[in-house]
Amino acid sequence: MISWSNFISQCINGVVLGALLALISSGLTIIYGTLGVLNLAHGALFMLGGYAGWYTYEHTQSYFLSIVLGALFVLLVGIIIERVLIRFFYSRTDEEQILVTFGLGIVIVEIIRLVFGSLSESIPIPHWAQGITSLGFMFYPTYRLVVVGIVALALFSLWLILYRTNLGMIVRAGIEDSEMVDMLGINVYRVFMVVFGVGAMAAGFAGVVNVPVTPITPDVGEDILVETFVVIVIGGVGSFPGAILGGLIAGEILSITSMFNPAYSQVMLFVVMTIVLFTRPYGLLGSKGRS
Amino acid sequence: MSLLNVKELNSYYGDSHILFDLDFHVEKNEVIALIGRNGAGKSTTLNSLIGLVKPRSGSIILDGKEYLGQAPHVIARAGMQLVHEDRRIFGSLNVEDNIILAGLSEPKRWPLEKIYEIFPRLKERRLSSGTDLSGGEQQMLAIARALVRDPKLILLDEPFEGLAPVIVQDLVRVCRQLADEGRTIILVEQNIPATLNLASRAYIVNNGHIVHEDSTASIKANPSVLQRYLGV
Repeated sequence: MISWSNFISQCINGVVLGALLALISSGLTIIYGTLGVLNLAHGALFMLGGYAGWYTYEHTQSYFLSIVLGALFVLLVGIIIERVLIRFFYSRTDEEQILVTFGLGIVIVEIIRLVFGSLSESIPIPHWAQGITSLGFMFYPTYRLVVVGIVALALFSLWLILYRTNLGMIVRAGIEDSEMVDMLGINVYRVFMVVFGVGAMAAGFAGVVNVPVTPITPDVGEDILVETFVVIVIGGVGSFPGAILGGLIAGEILSITSMFNPAYSQVMLFVVMTIVLFTRPYGLLGSKGRS
Repeated sequence: MSLLNVKELNSYYGDSHILFDLDFHVEKNEVIALIGRNGAGKSTTLNSLIGLVKPRSGSIILDGKEYLGQAPHVIARAGMQLVHEDRRIFGSLNVEDNIILAGLSEPKRWPLEKIYEIFPRLKERRLSSGTDLSGGEQQMLAIARALVRDPKLILLDEPFEGLAPVIVQDLVRVCRQLADEGRTIILVEQNIPATLNLASRAYIVNNGHIVHEDSTASIKANPSVLQRYLGV
C-alpha cells in the first residue's frame, strides 16, 4: 500500500527530476528551433558536464567551482563542436544531421570511458546542503530542494537572455525564420554558434548539478536523451516555455509511475506523448513553426 | 556609375536554369520595375540579388563592389534590402521589436519615430504581435523593417499583392513618397498601372530573359509591348 507521505515525496521527486529535464530540454529545443539540427549528442553533453564537474571537484574540492567550470567547459566544447562539425551540416538532410550528432554522442561517451573508465563517480553533497529539511508535514533531502532552486535560477537566467536581450530577440526570430534574420544584416551563423554553445551548456550545467544525486557513468546520458526528446515533443518543439512545462510533466510521470512499478515509467512517458500528439500535434505550447 | 550593375546573371533552382544572362542596371534615386508573367523569373532575380539564391555565374556590383555569391547578411550590410513577397514578419516578436531587430546591425539606423511618421498605423499597433496584424499592416511592417536600415537599394517584391484596394492606395502613396525622396527601388508587381506610375523605367522579363527595356512613359504611350509579353 502506498502512503500519502510516500506519494507526496514522489511528487516532489518528480519536481526535482522535472526541473532537471526542463533545463536539459530547453537547451535541446533552442538548438533545434534555431539551427534546425536535432542534436542527438545532447545526452552525451549532459554526461560530459557531469564528468567535468566531478573532475573539477576532485582537484579543487569546491562544489561552486565544479558547477561553474563544468558548465563553462561544456559551453566551450559546444562552440568547438559547432565550428568544426555541425556548421557543415546545416544544408544537409535531416538524416545526415541525425547521424552525425548520433555518432558524435558515441565518440564523446567512448572518450570519457577511455579516460575515466566505466565505474560510477560522484561529488559529495556540499556540507551546507546535507541532511533533511522539514516541509512541515514531512522531511525531504535538503540537496534535492537546492537542485530545484539552482535549476530554477538557471532557467530564469535563460529566460532573461531569451526575452530581455537583443541576442534573445535574434534567437527567437531565428527560431521562426533564420533566413529572414540573415537578410536583416545579422550574421545568423555566428548566432547559431552561440546558441549551440548555450544549449550545450544548459545540458552540461544540469549534468553537474545532478552528480551528487545520481552518480555518473559514461552511459548516464542515454536515458536522459530519450526523456528530453519526449519532453520537447510534449511541450512543443522549439518552445522554451514548452520545454519547462514538458519537463515538469515528464518528471511527474516518471516519478509517480515508478512508485507503482519502475519498469513502466518510460512506457507511461510514451503513452502520454502519444496522447499529446493525437490531441495537439504541435505539442502543448508549440506552434506550427519552421517549415 | 550605376548604383547597381548586374551582368550576365545566371541562376538555377537545382538543375533547372531559371535566369539567363540577365543584364540590367539601376541608377541612384531611380525606381525601376521588373514586369513579367508569373514564373517569368522576377522574384528569382530579386532573391539572387539579396543572396537567397546563389547565382551560378555573372556579376552583381553594388556601389562599385562585387557581391555575387555573398551571404544575405553581407549584402544587407552593404545597403540592400528585400521586402519579401511573403513579408516574413516575426510573429513571436511585437511590431516594435520587429523594427528594432531589423536595425540592430545598422549603425545608421533610423530612430523609431521616423518610421512611425511614415506609418502612423504601426505606432498604434506597436505592441501587437506580428501575427495579429492585417495583411496591409504586415506589408507596412515589412517595408518599415527595410527602411529602418536606411538602405541604398530597396527590392520590393509584390508589395500590393492580395491587399484591399484602399490599402493598396495607401501603400502606393508611401512608395510614391519614398520615390520622391530619392530612394532607389526595384519594384516587382503584378499591378501594372500602379507599377508604371511609380517606376520611371521598366525591364520586361520573360522566361528568365530580359526581353525589353524602356521608360515607363513610353510603355504607357505604346502599351502594345505589354500585350505582346503579358497578354494584357
